[in-house]
Amino acid sequence: MVLLRGGLAALAAAAAAAAVAGSPSPPPAAQPEAKPPTAAEYDTPAPPFELGLFPCTGCHTDAGNPKPRELGFHDEQQPLRHGQNLWCLDCHDQKKRDFLHLINGEQLPFSESYRLCGQCHGDKLRDWKVGVHGKRIGRWDGKKTYYLCVQCHNPHAPRFKGVETKEIGGVVMQRPIATPTRPEPAPRRPQEAR
Amino acid sequence: MTGILRFLQGCVRLVTRGSRWYYAWLALLAIMIATGIAGYSSQFRHGLIATNMRDQVSWAFYIGNFTFLVGVAAAAVLLVVPAYVYQWKPIKEVVVLGEMLAISALIMCLLYILVDTGSPQNLWHIFPLVGRPNFPSSMLVWDAIVLNGYLLINATVVIHILYKLFHGQDYNKKIVVPLVLLSIPWAVGIHTVTAFLYNGMAARPYWNASILAPRFLASAFCSGPAILLVLFQVLRKTTRFNIPDEAIWKIAELMAYTMFFNLFLLGAEIFKEFYSNTEHVVFTRYLFFGLHGHRAVAPFAWFAVAASFAAFLLFVIPRTRRNAVTLNLGCFLIFAGVFIEKGMGLVIPGMTPDTLGEIYEYTPTMVEWMVAAGVFGIGFLVYTLLVKIAVPILEGRFTAGMERPLDAAPGGQVAH
Amino acid sequence: MSATGNRSLPVLQQAAPEARAEDPSRRQFLQAAAAAGAAAALGACDVEGALRRHFKELSKDEVARLLAKIERDHARRFGKKDWKATALGPRPGVEFGYGLDLSRCIGCRRCVYACVKENNQSRDPQIHWIRVLEMDKVRGVDVIESDIYYQADAVPRPGKFYMPVQCHQCRNPPCVKVCPVQATWTEPDGITVVDYDWCIGCRCCMAACPYGARHFNWTEPHIEAAEVNPDLHILGNRVRPKGVVEKCTFCIQRTRAGRYPACVEICPVGARKFGNLLDPSSEIRYVMENKRVFVFKEELNTRPRFYYFYAT
Repeated sequence: MVLLRGGLAALAAAAAAAAVAGSPSPPPAAQPEAKPPTAAEYDTPAPPFELGLFPCTGCHTDAGNPKPRELGFHDEQQPLRHGQNLWCLDCHDQKKRDFLHLINGEQLPFSESYRLCGQCHGDKLRDWKVGVHGKRIGRWDGKKTYYLCVQCHNPHAPRFKGVETKEIGGVVMQRPIATPTRPEPAPRRPQEAR
Repeated sequence: MTGILRFLQGCVRLVTRGSRWYYAWLALLAIMIATGIAGYSSQFRHGLIATNMRDQVSWAFYIGNFTFLVGVAAAAVLLVVPAYVYQWKPIKEVVVLGEMLAISALIMCLLYILVDTGSPQNLWHIFPLVGRPNFPSSMLVWDAIVLNGYLLINATVVIHILYKLFHGQDYNKKIVVPLVLLSIPWAVGIHTVTAFLYNGMAARPYWNASILAPRFLASAFCSGPAILLVLFQVLRKTTRFNIPDEAIWKIAELMAYTMFFNLFLLGAEIFKEFYSNTEHVVFTRYLFFGLHGHRAVAPFAWFAVAASFAAFLLFVIPRTRRNAVTLNLGCFLIFAGVFIEKGMGLVIPGMTPDTLGEIYEYTPTMVEWMVAAGVFGIGFLVYTLLVKIAVPILEGRFTAGMERPLDAAPGGQVAH
Repeated sequence: MSATGNRSLPVLQQAAPEARAEDPSRRQFLQAAAAAGAAAALGACDVEGALRRHFKELSKDEVARLLAKIERDHARRFGKKDWKATALGPRPGVEFGYGLDLSRCIGCRRCVYACVKENNQSRDPQIHWIRVLEMDKVRGVDVIESDIYYQADAVPRPGKFYMPVQCHQCRNPPCVKVCPVQATWTEPDGITVVDYDWCIGCRCCMAACPYGARHFNWTEPHIEAAEVNPDLHILGNRVRPKGVVEKCTFCIQRTRAGRYPACVEICPVGARKFGNLLDPSSEIRYVMENKRVFVFKEELNTRPRFYYFYAT
């Protein structure tokens, strides 16, 4: 069991390293956009937590029970509709509750959750880093802010349904919802213009 | 100077005297023009939203009428060819009357462009030197050049012939003949350029067909002379003009052949649309059958086809061609048929459905009818006044040597 | 997350791109004479506007004065705001490209209204530079059967996909070809622009555009003063006069200052991609080299700079 885990960890680490390293750095351009940032350099907004949910250590103070089971709390996150045979502590770190963890054990903050998603969804991460998957705002010729995966995909039921923009705790942020998005009104028909 | 003053005085006398029918006609035209002015001032104040044109159908009644009238202007001059070939006696008169019709039609064309423009105060931008014309790329610039050039040619010929006649001289062949000869291919040119305006738009598959230019010419030749036919019959009754029946019948016969060609081209288009049955058939379908419940244009389209076909029959059968009633009925039908087919029947289906598949049903607003009435009023008025002045000159009743123009009773007796 | 409130970078007013190599004085005189005549004949109130030459022929000073006039006119019409009009020119080495991910667009129309707010379109009558077509997945891209006026409580509706359409900034633009007065042209950075003061409102360009991207001010545009965006570009989002044509300019006031267009920033699902086609490391180049890209109405050979693609 330990050997398997170690092997998996090694594989994952290699994969993660490869994912982070990415393609060879692009040749310098006449008007270069900002160089693709390395992992720690992606500017992301604050993760869209529900009020009161974070920090986790607000409630979780003990070591915790590592046995996969159905929990008595966290109803919104259960049942987990993400992959197969996964459960909470496969992503959430047991020792440091306010963090997530990669397969190799490295702990990472929620603001870098994309690295965790990218472990399995490497093709999406690759596209995300160049801005083709997901959303970036800012300057096409300079600094960009990357939206986190979790701003469109609920990590506990990531299949895209809809999004909403809402103010939570004084900050306006986008987050996923379980129902399709409400569209803006249809344009007025030409006959209605007088 | 006194000569010109005398001339102008004579002209004023001519246009202000006439039968009660003449005064009634002038009154009608005055009403139409007043209506047009009222309509246009509303449109000028509020913008083109006073029309029913919108983004989806951005050209409609005004441009449709413009297209039809370019055809009339082209055809009016083309009577010169058969007049020459068939050696009609009053060939000079035919040329002058035809060219005056062309002048009136051209004035209406230019007016329709003016009223259709969203920012008419910027129209000077199209002129060379002062503006920035997109030559040779833009067909509208070509259209401006050829239409104004055609106006100039016709005005020069008419003014020259009438001026010379006024002074009792024959026209200078060296001026008139080359210009008249030039006006013939130029007439073909104005309508071809107008066709190219539509033809060149790849975004509008209904227009983007090579058959458009030949169709324009065919429909112009068969509809334009209709006005002249009616006019010749009126002039025969009211003046000394001796246009023989044979000339009138010959014109009608030629119109029959050109209408046949027009119907043939229509048939060719129908075959291509329905046999190939690509997505582009939607425009022709909309024209004749309507689409998705929108059927506003279809009745007019069928009427136009029926009228054209009926006119063809009336003109090709000698007995109906020679009967005054059926002849004039044919003139009305051919005019109405081509007016629809080349006006709204060309512009509206070209834009319905629009480039993103949307159907917007357009019908003209009251303002558009008013402005159109005004433009037609001005055009008819110009032609009326020109004819009222030109006919006495052509008949020799209005010359420089006279104190004032001689009156003519019907049948040609000259009264003093 | 709403768009950042950054102001455009303070940049030097750049003059019109190339100088025209011809004698301007005679032209100026004739133009002034003709324009004065036209203005007098039509009783135009704005004599200076009636006399003004084409944007490309204006000198640096004249452009600066025109920008000041635009700011004054807007202030007079809409009240006190931090009006800032610029004529920011294109950057060398930049050609803008746009990618729209059809596998992501959900048809929420946020782009439509963000564009309206950013670019000062008339609210009444309503002008939208972006039109979203709802189509059937079964039928595919079939414009005749598409619906722009879809109403729904939630999108995407089952079995439907969505295709927003706006000006494609074509490399072979039919609108530029047909404009009789050269009121519309392509800038070096690829944006097709309109000189709103030069346009005569003949609408040839609207008939020629295959994408329905050009829109006309059928009457004086109406916008609430509070909603007017004060960051203006003379060829972009200044409030247009009655009787002229307008269209998407890739948010020229933002993109020439280095920012994303408003539609790109507002799209909640990241379906819109934008960048410099000449930069091999840009996102738009990545899209074109790695994704399945197609051109709308490609057979018309407009060769647009706007591409549709499927990211998955």
